[in-house]
Amino acid sequence: MLELKNVSFLVDDEGKDKEIIRDVSLTVPDRKLVVVTGPNGGGKSTLARLIAGIEKPTAGRIFFNGEDITDLSITERAQKGIAYAFQQPVRFKGIRVLDLIRIAAGKTLSVSDACQYLSSVGLCARDYVDREVNASLSGGELKRIEIATVLARKAVLSVFDEPEAGIDLWSFRNLTEVFQRMRGDIRDSSILIISHQERILNIADEIIVIKGGVVEKQGSREEVYPHLMRAEIAEVCEGPYTPAGKGDAEC
Amino acid sequence: MLKLDEIQKRLLREVADLHEVPEGAYNIRSNSASAGRQSTANIEIVSKEDVSGLEIRIKPGTKNESVHIPVVMTQSGLKEVVYNDFFIGEGADVVIVAGCGIDNCGNQDSQHDGIHRFFVGKNARIRYVEKHYGSGTGSGKRILNPGTEVYMEEGSYAEMEMVQIKGVDDTERTTTAELAAGAKLVVRERLMTHGDQRAISTYVVKLNGENSSADVVSRSVARDHSFQKFDAKIVGNAACHGHTECDSIIMDEGRILAVPALEANNVDAALVHEAAIGKIAGEQLIKLMTLGLTAAEAEEQIINGFLQ
Repeated sequence: MLELKNVSFLVDDEGKDKEIIRDVSLTVPDRKLVVVTGPNGGGKSTLARLIAGIEKPTAGRIFFNGEDITDLSITERAQKGIAYAFQQPVRFKGIRVLDLIRIAAGKTLSVSDACQYLSSVGLCARDYVDREVNASLSGGELKRIEIATVLARKAVLSVFDEPEAGIDLWSFRNLTEVFQRMRGDIRDSSILIISHQERILNIADEIIVIKGGVVEKQGSREEVYPHLMRAEIAEVCEGPYTPAGKGDAEC
Repeated sequence: MLKLDEIQKRLLREVADLHEVPEGAYNIRSNSASAGRQSTANIEIVSKEDVSGLEIRIKPGTKNESVHIPVVMTQSGLKEVVYNDFFIGEGADVVIVAGCGIDNCGNQDSQHDGIHRFFVGKNARIRYVEKHYGSGTGSGKRILNPGTEVYMEEGSYAEMEMVQIKGVDDTERTTTAELAAGAKLVVRERLMTHGDQRAISTYVVKLNGENSSADVVSRSVARDHSFQKFDAKIVGNAACHGHTECDSIIMDEGRILAVPALEANNVDAALVHEAAIGKIAGEQLIKLMTLGLTAAEAEEQIINGFLQ
């Protein structure tokens, strides 16, 4: 279980303090899929980075399975079972997809085991396993590989920062099956997804709405979903609204 | 096996992946003397008479054979210049593995300057691998100054892999090549310097024949207080294709000077150069740390991948 207690995050904005996250308290319970949603610029991605340890809160504490992890490094948090999928995956010259999945798994996986993770995110494993994680891969391919690295971690808590960003919506439709499967396989783990996507919101156990750096709504999907503003949900190829910058080419 | 001690054997493993006597033709040079030599029916290795070095003659049409000519040095203070000439017959297809390992535990500099000339016959193909490695805790420097000259006849192909990852204090590498019609040269240089090391690599590739081409790519990492200079010039004297690329990671107080140069003397010469120097991207480190690696382990993975 992950708990944020009164977490704030300030940045220096030309000499003035700017609050990105203000006094946020929330819980990601065991065996639950929690979706964080809300308008762009509301602090969602910062929240994910605070959980992964990439940013440190300026106030408040973060607890993971009862332990205060506020002062732990990215590596220490990863070793305790927190996985984090980047919104914009990183490229590496010379590191192969296979290498990255092996690092993620923390052991020498056989090629066929590594391939299973690639297959489960919809990539033809044989075509990708030896490729470098470099600029020759498209945004969508990188995104799938990013998700595969998180799957390979077998984490206690998996955090996904806008898995739909950078993927055309038609492809994302297929990718939602990955999250549905993860939801089905949840045992002693939990999942936090930052998303606007209706299909992701639909499989959430709980929904948290972050707006202007604060938690605006929080509760079960049944409680929160009906109150979401229309503009906060991106429908997949069905509704007229897609938030800016969320790749709507296929609709 | 040959009369080699454990250090010499270790050096051989580092520079030539040799655990045993190699198959095919070989000459192992240890502390300025031949420690073993074998010619084959198609590949003849003989000593030069005027200067120190070898003549390696590969018969036309020789296929799927290899030549190993590693050098190991374990005596501190040894300095040598060696001239090796390779004559690769028409239509041959061979692998040549050179390389030099120096272990210097003394306080005097050890230096090996290997001057290699390749005469690649018509339609012949070679793959040349040259690894440099230094070890030992002495204050004496380990110095390697390789000179490589490649003369390529029509339709020939040469692929050259030059690797220097560890322990060589000072290097000045000079590589020149002249290509006739349809010849193709591919160079892959991988270099890492650390401490106060200095490495200078200079290429001059002349594309003289129609449809000749060259692709010279260097990947390097400069750590600590080391200095590197990559100076690559491609000269297009005919309708040809030339590409040179220097891609470097800079760390600590390292310094890198990249001087890519192109000279086109023919309107149909198509020449491209690329050079990029930068530190390891913070996001790369963060990504690997989120997978459970420490910052140091992440850095190592990134460098290893980059130099693959």
